[in-house]
Amino acid sequence: MSEAALRIALVGNPNCGKTALFNRLTGSRQKVANYAGVTVERKEGRFAAPSGRHIQVLDLPGAYSLAATSPDEAVTRDVCLGRFEGEARPDLLVCVVDATNLRLHLRFVLELQRLGLPMLLTLNMCDAAERRGIRIDVAKLQEGLGIPVVQTVAVRRNGAEALVKQLDGQMPPLPAPLPEGADLHAEVSRLLSSAVSVPERTARIDDAIDRVVLHPVFGLAILTVLMFTIFQAVFSWAGPIMDSIDVGAAWLGGALGEAMPEGLLKSLVVDGIVAGLGGVIIFLPQILILFLFILLLEESGYLPRAAFLLDRMMVGAGLTGRSFIPLLSSFACAIPGVMAARTIQDPRDRLATILVAPLMTCSARLPVYALLIAAFIPEQSVGIFNLQGLVLFGLYAAGILSALIVAYVMKWLRRDHSEHSLLLELPSYRLPNPADIAIGLWERASIFLKRVGTLILALSILLWFLSTFPAPPAGATGAAIDYSLAGMIGKWMQPFFAPIGFNWQICIALIPGLAAREVAVSALGTVYALSATVEDPGTTLMPIIASQWSLATALSLLAWYVYAPQCLATLATIRREGGGWRVMAIATGYLFALAYLASFITYQVTLALTS
Amino acid sequence: MTLSELPRNTPAVVVGVQDVSAGDPIAVRLRELGFVAGEPVRVTAQGPAGREPLLVQIGYTRFALRRAEAARVSVKLAEAQA
Repeated sequence: MSEAALRIALVGNPNCGKTALFNRLTGSRQKVANYAGVTVERKEGRFAAPSGRHIQVLDLPGAYSLAATSPDEAVTRDVCLGRFEGEARPDLLVCVVDATNLRLHLRFVLELQRLGLPMLLTLNMCDAAERRGIRIDVAKLQEGLGIPVVQTVAVRRNGAEALVKQLDGQMPPLPAPLPEGADLHAEVSRLLSSAVSVPERTARIDDAIDRVVLHPVFGLAILTVLMFTIFQAVFSWAGPIMDSIDVGAAWLGGALGEAMPEGLLKSLVVDGIVAGLGGVIIFLPQILILFLFILLLEESGYLPRAAFLLDRMMVGAGLTGRSFIPLLSSFACAIPGVMAARTIQDPRDRLATILVAPLMTCSARLPVYALLIAAFIPEQSVGIFNLQGLVLFGLYAAGILSALIVAYVMKWLRRDHSEHSLLLELPSYRLPNPADIAIGLWERASIFLKRVGTLILALSILLWFLSTFPAPPAGATGAAIDYSLAGMIGKWMQPFFAPIGFNWQICIALIPGLAAREVAVSALGTVYALSATVEDPGTTLMPIIASQWSLATALSLLAWYVYAPQCLATLATIRREGGGWRVMAIATGYLFALAYLASFITYQVTLALTS
Repeated sequence: MTLSELPRNTPAVVVGVQDVSAGDPIAVRLRELGFVAGEPVRVTAQGPAGREPLLVQIGYTRFALRRAEAARVSVKLAEAQA
């Protein structure tokens, strides 16, 4: 009989290298989910110690104190206290501290000692401390704290050996807490003066980099170049990979089409599943490249610097410098963006960030943009720029500008002159660790592929079904889809969307687009594929729409997608994160109104100019 | 004087953090982060617009504070080292 697994929780300040340690301990054996009821990410993993003992590791969100000021910190507090419903209290706390930042981190350790849980201390990033000449007398620190102290270098192979050995041995005794009301800071100072010698308070390299990176002029220039490079990379690097996925999907569809007998099943597999899923998986490279950059910037410590540079400007628009990270993630997908907003402590700033996050052009909108731009915008140069590229840039800029305006209007409506806090730590610069980046990317890829395999697969099948049944009556002359349920729904919706120039095919595509925006393109593909009649056999989507839609309709659809209110997953995340149906209703309402208004203006103006 | 008035790169020592309201959560958090009497403190950079936020070195850590936050922290100039 095997004994029950030892449940440990990693707990520590933000930027103590906790997640790197978690990765080092558990490798790829991790499960990422959410805590019940809140969208704080819950990371759990397991490993076996050399003795064969199973150890289950929970990576708690970083916190400065048990007096929580954000949902993240509240989760850490509640799990440590054993108050979090559905989450067993850990058997042992592993406090992780950055060996170069003990003045701050040890205070939290002393606070945690009051919890009455067995605990041990991990001095992480010992290599960095050594390089800076920081000397720590582990025996003295251990004596002073009354808990076992081990040293780790989470980014080094075998860097967590001492910790594993400690976990494999005797359970440490309960720590003796300091009396209530004791001055924790004074106690930290006492510990530091007896056990630690620090030649310099800061790393010279950090000071030198910050002098350039936070410089009022150079700093902003570097940030601009960096952002520009990221977007260039997302579009140009991903191109070849996306092309090959496209070719692969077309080949698979063709091969399956030839191998399968004519009939409904073939239509389902080729038109429904392969065309539908292929149209979505194609965006995986772009999502991964964007997240690669975000992870690199995050790991290196640059992102808080960007927040520092932009804070004043974002405050002017009713946001905060901290909004930068959630909004940048929203360019990949609004869902992780909205979730990243939980690191904003101020509830009003968090709400404003959540509400405007969907205005950042997520990668799921790219297929729509790419399709319409290729079909309608001539490929010509304007000065040194390419017109198609300029239009794409304009669509992104329209989203950002709208977000600033919306945030500003919300600030004005609230008539809120009370204080919002920033209090942002700028951690030391670090070289990103490739293994941690790889694990982060793998997480993103698996979340996306899971979505493709479940939700999007189901929708593709559903849409095929709606577009195929009921079958046309005998002797029908039009395309089969005209007689189907989808055709009926599309024609029923069409009058409402006529003022903005949408035809019934677009109306149909908007429905599955509710579940995932990117499906709108594959839905158009399916709809037009099934619309093909004998006289007009459908080829690929682009030439069809280029010949059948007016320029006004195409531009109107582009404008619609800048606001694109139809993403149920984002709206559901907003409801959970923003705290209720009301916030979700506001988000849905304002996005829909803006989308309709922008499309209406675009359509009518273009119509007037082109007729 | 307050931390928000402290010129850049001037060594100073924290005197205390004032609550602007009862149980001011920002003041509580500032104290937790190490803004306590006797700690050496220094402003090392300022944001590009409106000289805000301030980059403050406290303990071994750097924090970005807005002026209103920094105004809660009273400081005195560090005595010149011999």
